[in-house]
Amino acid sequence: MERKVAIIDVAQTKYGVRPDVHLPELAFEPVEEILKKTGLKFTEDGTGIDATVICCDDYWDGRTISGVFGTDVAGGHLRHEERLEADGTLGVFYAMLEILAGHSDVVLVVSYCKESHTEPRLVENMCVEPIFLRSIGLDFLSAAALQANAYMTKYGITAEQCAKVVIKNRGNAKLNPYAQSAAKLTVEDVLRSDMLASPIRAMDSKPVSDGACAVILAVEDKAIKFTDKPVWIKGIADCYDLHYPGDRQLAECQSLVTASQKAYKMAGITKPVEEIDVVELCETFSYQELLWSEGLGLCAPGEGGKLIESGMTEIGGKIPVNPSGGMISGNPVIVGGMTRVVEGVLQLRGEAGAHQVDGARIALIQGSHGICGQHQCVIILANDQGGR
Amino acid sequence: MPNRVAIVGIGQTHHAGHRYDVSFEEMLNEAVRAALKDAQLSIKDICATITSNMDPFEGRGCSDTIAVAEIGAYLKAGVKPQTGGTSGATIFSVAWTYVASGLFDIVLVVGGEKQEEVGGDSQMAIITAVDELILRPFYTGALGGLAMLGSKYIAETGCPEEIAALARVIMAENALGNPYAHIRRKITIEDVLKSPMLIYPVRLLHMSPQSNGATALVLASEEKAKKITDKPVWIKDVVTVHHSGFIRYLSGLSPDPSSHEVAAKRLFQRNGITKPMEEIDIFEMYDPCIWEQIIWMEDFLFLERGTAPKLIERGVTRRDGAFPISPSGGVVSANDIGATGLTRFAEAALQIRKDAGDHQVTKEVNLALVSGWGAANWTILGLLSKSIT
Repeated sequence: MERKVAIIDVAQTKYGVRPDVHLPELAFEPVEEILKKTGLKFTEDGTGIDATVICCDDYWDGRTISGVFGTDVAGGHLRHEERLEADGTLGVFYAMLEILAGHSDVVLVVSYCKESHTEPRLVENMCVEPIFLRSIGLDFLSAAALQANAYMTKYGITAEQCAKVVIKNRGNAKLNPYAQSAAKLTVEDVLRSDMLASPIRAMDSKPVSDGACAVILAVEDKAIKFTDKPVWIKGIADCYDLHYPGDRQLAECQSLVTASQKAYKMAGITKPVEEIDVVELCETFSYQELLWSEGLGLCAPGEGGKLIESGMTEIGGKIPVNPSGGMISGNPVIVGGMTRVVEGVLQLRGEAGAHQVDGARIALIQGSHGICGQHQCVIILANDQGGR
Repeated sequence: MPNRVAIVGIGQTHHAGHRYDVSFEEMLNEAVRAALKDAQLSIKDICATITSNMDPFEGRGCSDTIAVAEIGAYLKAGVKPQTGGTSGATIFSVAWTYVASGLFDIVLVVGGEKQEEVGGDSQMAIITAVDELILRPFYTGALGGLAMLGSKYIAETGCPEEIAALARVIMAENALGNPYAHIRRKITIEDVLKSPMLIYPVRLLHMSPQSNGATALVLASEEKAKKITDKPVWIKDVVTVHHSGFIRYLSGLSPDPSSHEVAAKRLFQRNGITKPMEEIDIFEMYDPCIWEQIIWMEDFLFLERGTAPKLIERGVTRRDGAFPISPSGGVVSANDIGATGLTRFAEAALQIRKDAGDHQVTKEVNLALVSGWGAANWTILGLLSKSIT
């Protein structure tokens, strides 16, 4: 890369059900905060923010071309603004590409979603292939249950091991003031919760959530000027898997393996567990933290259960995973990956408060979109100590 | 400076009223295969795929993840931008960014629309694009907005309806030369004047149709492009501008310039263009309604208000004129929404390559202007060039 790109600041809302705000008001909360924190303005002369990227989804928002509702609040009026229907990590990726392409130096990325104002299962059903899959009622939950079964059966992963993900993450959430569903739980609590789609129980699943995030990226010379705590994007890659669950090896996550290997190569990482200090990943359902950990190379295929049991992924462990509490403690889809980016940046700046991982220098971020983690994005972040 | 990017492959399906023979994904596949064939590349050569459609128009969300197998996105990078009618042009701009960034060498971009398949409805969907508290109860889809703009233009300039009819007839003549266009029939001035009034001043024949179809392009870096083809079409520049005042713009109540004016100013300034109609050879415009073709000519080309009709009367915009506009027949001759914007870039590139067949313009084309439009006034404006500099 000719130009190095850094994240210069981040902002997020508290996650939860938010009947008190209209969608654009929700989106404006982190935008207002990040503008205040950075003192940056939307300018045309290269002294402030040059462009905007918005991530949101029409069906989740209940509006067509729903990015339009973020334009006013994200500085899009009569300016360069792009809109993506993808997880927030892809928004960060695209903002970086815009900077590398050279027309913009400083780009604001905003993602927002208000799951509570719609019926998630109907929305998800609209996002599967319409002729064969939609008519059988497939949604993200039932597809995930198929994947969980395939994964747990092939590798002997137990419901208790999945429950431990919930216990760890909702426990971590108690340390994160932005998290939605923080709780001190036992394995019995999780295993006694309602069965949604076997083997996924209510507590294995993330709650309905509303929220928004904002991130500002800048090219190296401006990043250094605007902040003394830049967080550098050292590696980034995304990858699609096939759509039909029957066409895929659901117990593996081929697209995540491909994306993470590309991102590691770009960042010069050869031993992820040794070199990475903190991981934030998108586990919509508990089994996904184990499966995604395998895809990210934090353990060998099939070893995700042992990984959680080892305690390595707890705060204070060798490689903490989701010290923020993760998706399972409540983040909306679309926004989920951006929340991971925000949390990664807070960790690398030493600003994560009670869930801070001591001395974090390199963070691994994962975001996903589509059924069974079909589209995966991996980002490696580093602070100045982690190396530009 | 951005890395140089060229169009090295062009493919499109017939933009048709119905495509009962294929699914949406199969239709995208047709365009992808055509573009790869044109570039003489295999899907293995592609690093990333950028695709779009209009979800609620079509009754299908996450279309990029659904169509992975058919567009060849399997184990590749990519993303789905979505900006309403602009989508086809936005994916072009996004794909340009991918290659210009230097991280991707060869990128496939494909857009399409098939509203007839699973019960989508573009006009019902467009109504949900405006604020549900105030505007939604009386908003009438794309047609209402375009009619307001036309109505305001007539009030300001006194433009007679015969001019709109003439512009539409020119588009029909162009479309007759384009085998991929949807509406391909001889249309007379009388036909247009007598066609049913939808919302004043927009008549049925003024409006773009609802089409089914797909368009795909292959974009490549300078190094790759020179190896792939001996007739690359260079993307000189492309800008995106968004005007948030949906109804305020269309009804003329916005105090700000239009997104078209801002985009043109930005693009021309950056590329040292002072007299667009002299320096640029053709303009493939996103003209969703013939009234907008007339109005937006003035916005894009910095013409004085009310002067476009004279140019149309003089035949300047005809295929053999001094400044041909939409020689493909334009959006009024085919509008498969997710593809429409991308088709504009494809058609301009065909003109530069002299591969446009029966709708090739008479003059030599070295520099082409291309626009996309949609949603709450998103403008994409690009310059395609025969020469690399």
